[in-house]
Amino acid sequence: MDLLSQVKFLIKKELLLEWRSKYALNGVLLYVVSTIFVCFLSLISVNPVTWNALFWIIMLFASINAVSKSFLQESKGRQLYIYTIASPFALIISKTIYNILLMLLLTIIALGFYMLVFDYVPTDLPLYLVATLLGSLSFSTIFTMVSAISSKAGNGGMLMAILSFPVIIPVLIVLIKLTKNAIDGLDRSVSLDEISILLIINVLVGAVSLLLFPYLWRD
Amino acid sequence: MYKSWWKILGSIFVLYATVAGFLATVPELPILRESIRNLYFHVPMWFSMIVLFSISVYHSIKFLLSNNAEDDLKAVESINTGIVFGILGIITGAIWAKFTWGQAWSFDVKQNYAAIALLLYFAYLVLRNAIDEEQRRAKISAIYNIFAFPMMVVLLFVLPRLSDSLHPGNGGNPGFNSYDLDSRMRMVFYPACAGWILIGYWIYTLLFRLRRLNKNRLS
Repeated sequence: MDLLSQVKFLIKKELLLEWRSKYALNGVLLYVVSTIFVCFLSLISVNPVTWNALFWIIMLFASINAVSKSFLQESKGRQLYIYTIASPFALIISKTIYNILLMLLLTIIALGFYMLVFDYVPTDLPLYLVATLLGSLSFSTIFTMVSAISSKAGNGGMLMAILSFPVIIPVLIVLIKLTKNAIDGLDRSVSLDEISILLIINVLVGAVSLLLFPYLWRD
Repeated sequence: MYKSWWKILGSIFVLYATVAGFLATVPELPILRESIRNLYFHVPMWFSMIVLFSISVYHSIKFLLSNNAEDDLKAVESINTGIVFGILGIITGAIWAKFTWGQAWSFDVKQNYAAIALLLYFAYLVLRNAIDEEQRRAKISAIYNIFAFPMMVVLLFVLPRLSDSLHPGNGGNPGFNSYDLDSRMRMVFYPACAGWILIGYWIYTLLFRLRRLNKNRLS
């Protein structure tokens, strides 16, 4: 089987597994919704800067929970099985694409609900949407690789947070800057720098994970 | 003698930079005054740190290709040395900031990003401690080291350019080379950088040899 059909099959497998249990999606959705409610009940009304910062903090923890499952939930036996039938490239590509899809869905729902609850819409909504898309893209590429590393290291959740936070902070800084521009309704040409930096970070992380994952996967 | 010429060169450079750094004439500048001499100590620390971290990435890549345990030891020890230089860089920077900007930690972007970059490498050390099995520890930490390196480059070289910083050369502040790094200062500054890099490399080789001896004695 060539790479493309392997990737297709693996993504189908992930989607099927998720559809059967609906565990990750529902769990993380509930997590996001209840966090947003807690924030709303404790703040009621916020100024746009706090609104923005809160959104990214909520998304950060939600995405760590959502994406860390991709490798941590699989048993040793199943990992060995996948190792024998699929190439590591196909595996990391399919996991990343699946996580991007999951995160996109999650971010859109969370953003909609968040705007509804706080009754606040950013001045430049299209740019804010672009920023959240880029954010979910970078969260999934980075967290997929870190979750692979921490699952191989053998003690899950704790290590995941320690390893991923320093890596995600630069992305988060750029994201908050970009969304701040969208909230202030600045001219879009101002934000081109941030968008290109996010894209460059994504390409870098993607390339490095593709190169490194085969070494990680071979035990 | 023909093998240790660079150690002698490094020592002479550092001795010269220390003596000349405190005694040579420097340009009279407002605010900076005599604290400008810190340039000979603060900046070489960061250069040495970056050189040492690059060496460790080189050895991590070599380890993944060869599976030789010595390459892993080299990678760890160069990171250990690099972290010491990074901490010294932060301390010298904080002292300088105290006298010129008024506060040891001025929440300047470069200060914050440098601290985050050090967090990346602390995470690397935590990851090493979390894994017991030697071969596995070497492989996974090598992978994380290579994965983290592009992020450190983004943190230290790309992101600070996006926002205003109190550091020279950022956010409208004139860079050092525009007016005050005149030829007298260059005569001390360049040897200081070369000397500290050589001394850093020397410390790393010493630590590595010590670790190898310890390991051989235990086995």
